[in-house]
Amino acid sequence: MFDLTGKTALITGASGGIGAEIARVLHGAGATVGLSGTRIEPLEALAAELGERAFVLPCNLSDAAAVEELPKQAAAAMGSVDILVNNAGITRDGLMMRMSDEDWEQVIDVNLTSTFRLSRGVLRGMMKTRWGRIVNISSIVGTGGNPGQANYAAAKAGMVGMSKSLAAEVATRGVTVNCIAPGFIATAMTDKLNDEQRERLLVKIPAGRMGEVRDIAAAVLYLASDEGGYVTGSTLHVNGGMSMV
Amino acid sequence: MSDIADRVKKIVVEHLGVEEEKVTENASFIDDLGADSLDTVELVMAFEEEFGIEIPDDAAETIQTFGDAVKFITEAA
Repeated sequence: MFDLTGKTALITGASGGIGAEIARVLHGAGATVGLSGTRIEPLEALAAELGERAFVLPCNLSDAAAVEELPKQAAAAMGSVDILVNNAGITRDGLMMRMSDEDWEQVIDVNLTSTFRLSRGVLRGMMKTRWGRIVNISSIVGTGGNPGQANYAAAKAGMVGMSKSLAAEVATRGVTVNCIAPGFIATAMTDKLNDEQRERLLVKIPAGRMGEVRDIAAAVLYLASDEGGYVTGSTLHVNGGMSMV
Repeated sequence: MSDIADRVKKIVVEHLGVEEEKVTENASFIDDLGADSLDTVELVMAFEEEFGIEIPDDAAETIQTFGDAVKFITEAA
């Protein structure tokens, strides 16, 4: 099950903890992977770790022209893009009363608009081959909200509505579009929490632990596989029971 | 029939899975040939690729029938 041999996958934000693990897992299932991100060093290190079937495709997602080019570059490098994982995201946190237009726009641009542009860019190839998988990494805050993250929550909720609409448009062509909404995942960012902050967080998670990057990667693998082909327009919540929606 | 019309017809027949005789001058992609809105987008993309042309959205909307498509492409190619 979950064999991706012969498939090609483009992953944004592959320089980050979750993105890198998604790339490892899809690659491990046999896929050729295109690793995109802004920081070239970690991308090259990951490509070296994976060996064959890995391509480094740097892209600044706040640059509209670069985003338009990325699907073409990925198809040129890998021959096609069968699977797109929109994982990259940024935060510019702050209370909404004091949030600048710039902080709003940057987060919407990188997290939501780039997802729209990249999805549009890969669709032609997917429609032709009658097979495609788009997996958008949303967030638990897209449904629950979070003080200080009005921009981020709006982008992540926007992703869900966009994915459902696109899913309905292309379902007859064998292309599925889904979201994954991670809860609290242990990454470099959450390592900075002190013990007290960690304790307060954990009491809200029925599973009693933070999620691991592999929990998210496994969900991506399922949605990207042939076996997940009847699942579309849905959001898979991976949060240890922190929010049951 | 012109070369362009032949090539357009071939794309329509293949894409929509209809019989060649049904693809007549006034045959509407949606009303007569069973296309849905996504099919019409795909047809336009296929025409663009086959003939190496760009068909802008506002022009694509005017291409309703097989004859419309041949006429547009003949003028654009």
